[in-house]
Amino acid sequence: MSEEIIKDVIIGESDDYIINMGPQHPSTHGVLRLEVCLQGETVKYLIPHVGYIHRGIEKMCEASSYPQIIHLTDRMDYLSAHMNNEAVCLCVENAMQVEVPERVKYIRTILDELNRIASHQLWWCAFGMDLGALTTFFYGLRDRELILDIFEESFGSRLLHSFNTPGGLMHDIHPNFQKRVKDFITYFRKKLPEYDQLLTGNVIFQQRAKGVGLMSKEKAIAYGVTGPSGRGSGFSCDLRKHAPYSAYDKVQFNEILYNEGDTFARYKVRMDEMWESMNIIEQLIDNIPDDGFTAKMKPIIKLPAGEYFQRVETARGEFAVYIVSDGNKTPYRIKFRSPNFSNLFVMNELASGGKIADLIAISGSLDLVIPDIDR
Amino acid sequence: MQSTIYNFHDLTGSIDSTLHSWFGNTGTVIAEMVLVGIAFLTFYALLGLFLVYLERKVCAVIQNRYGPNRVGPMGLLQTVADLIKLLMKELISIKRSDKFLFNLAPFIVIIASFMAIAATPFAKGLQAVDLNIGVFYVMAVSSLGVVGILIAGWSSNSKYSLIGAMRSGAQIVSYELSVGLSLLAIVTFAGTMQLSGIVESQADGWWIFKGHIPAIVAFIIYLIASTAEINRGPFDLAEAESELTAGFHTEYSGIKFAFFFLAEYINMFIVAAIGATVFLGGWMPFHIGSWDAFNHVMDFIPSMVWFFLKAFFIIYIIMWFKWTFPRLRIDQLLTLEWKYLMPLSLINIIIIAFIVLMGWHF
Repeated sequence: MSEEIIKDVIIGESDDYIINMGPQHPSTHGVLRLEVCLQGETVKYLIPHVGYIHRGIEKMCEASSYPQIIHLTDRMDYLSAHMNNEAVCLCVENAMQVEVPERVKYIRTILDELNRIASHQLWWCAFGMDLGALTTFFYGLRDRELILDIFEESFGSRLLHSFNTPGGLMHDIHPNFQKRVKDFITYFRKKLPEYDQLLTGNVIFQQRAKGVGLMSKEKAIAYGVTGPSGRGSGFSCDLRKHAPYSAYDKVQFNEILYNEGDTFARYKVRMDEMWESMNIIEQLIDNIPDDGFTAKMKPIIKLPAGEYFQRVETARGEFAVYIVSDGNKTPYRIKFRSPNFSNLFVMNELASGGKIADLIAISGSLDLVIPDIDR
Repeated sequence: MQSTIYNFHDLTGSIDSTLHSWFGNTGTVIAEMVLVGIAFLTFYALLGLFLVYLERKVCAVIQNRYGPNRVGPMGLLQTVADLIKLLMKELISIKRSDKFLFNLAPFIVIIASFMAIAATPFAKGLQAVDLNIGVFYVMAVSSLGVVGILIAGWSSNSKYSLIGAMRSGAQIVSYELSVGLSLLAIVTFAGTMQLSGIVESQADGWWIFKGHIPAIVAFIIYLIASTAEINRGPFDLAEAESELTAGFHTEYSGIKFAFFFLAEYINMFIVAAIGATVFLGGWMPFHIGSWDAFNHVMDFIPSMVWFFLKAFFIIYIIMWFKWTFPRLRIDQLLTLEWKYLMPLSLINIIIIAFIVLMGWHF
């Protein structure tokens, strides 16, 4: 490559000091490329470039039957696989006006919350790593492993469990399920304060997190930042409260809201959500009704022609499915609204004017999962 | 009372006189240089390997895991295997990098740490050079390493490396002051800069016990500032693998990377050794005032064991907070130095000067 091309194409005409964070970078958590313009240590602006892991999932869905689509949704936000599955299932069930058994609703809710805890645990691990506290990773994964073991026992897979199916569940839960979940809750109630001792109370951590990446409520709404990131800015957007699905209308829980809008607030929201999730599971785990794990469904699922929409609260925010059906066994068009896509693009606003280290802290606190952005 | 401690001067003196009888004056000097050089190189390599192993074991304990436990007994040969792997790796040369400086940088870093280790008193009478300005010399040569880091960052033709090197420059230049001032505190107490003299002055008690609260403050400042000076967590901004991938040594591979890696660990040992010598009495056994029987028992533990125990105690502390704390941000790092540690050590040194003038220390 000649010097001229390098000067024109790569460096550009401006004198800006541009640095490419990613696609291979330890703290972009995947193949995300951030084009960061620096002035010394200060970030002037940043441009996120997406598309490095685009697999055309929406297009693939157009050629897949509805039970097949479930398996594709796992591959978007792989840390909230169960919630993504559920969104499609609920959408299909609503379209076909199938009433699923109460047992299914209860189990789905429990699994949602278990999945949320597992996701937040992994986020906590990675966030600590981003800030340079390497030990968090092992503490978080130690406890997450127990949830994954429960998943493995019941559905045979640990991460991408496609356990939901339109009309119910693939099969019934393992007989040990209730006991192991209860054991886990007792165990994790003891272990979660350890997380606070290790990281939350640390002076360096608080300095790194407090007042960094301020996001006002207006900005959160304008960019559509949902989930814990939005709730850290006081944006009440918990769909479990505002548009309850499955068994969420049967449980008592609080929507965690913090008004500071900084990295620390987003951190606290997730830490508190783990406690809330455990409360929700405890309310449900002993009362699972016994009326079958699936509703009667036709062998080939065809949605009546029309448009269907369903949204759920995943570990990262609002995940929505929009299906346009022409009456065939495959959707005419399917659109996923993924939380991470919206959460990513607020980053320029948050990180501009801060230091490089702040940028890492902010991207960690937004809890991005890159395959969910690109789909 | 001191006579029970074995003096390594007996051994080195007898070797010296034997060499004299064999080679004459000039030959002896050359032969001793070669011998000391070989001894240090061997020690350096073994120490580097052991420190890497130790760090992996310590962090494994902190992180609820086993650490290396497959290669050799208790994984002791793991670092040897890693070293062989690093030796066999390709040395990647970077396009449009400054080849000469790029190759020079690892050597500057490693030479700086090599020079600093020369003045360390390992045991009674076991010290390669006993300079009368020992503390000053160690400070001077250990700060040469930053030149190597800056060169490495500049010559790599990589933006990450450059940012890492600049951070490192700002950091080391700042924290050098606090390290110097905290060492100066004890130099004020001891009244000498000679490392052996400082050790001798602690025969009836280590400075951290004798020097009242100011000595403890100086010790804490020394721990913080020296950790920052050797670029270790939570001050590892120059490497900051979550921000700058690997900072100044992003572009290095194979044995050149190993040099940086080794120098980092040896620097950690130097910092611990100097800290142990100045604050914790070096090879001096633990003595309590006039408890003669107790002091006598303590003297039976060889002086070398005392020195390494203290050095590895400080190393353990440094490792402990690396694996527990998150990393600081660059502005917080400089704030900590210029707004807190520097003024504190200045006030501290004034108090110490006052104590010494009034003769209040033990």
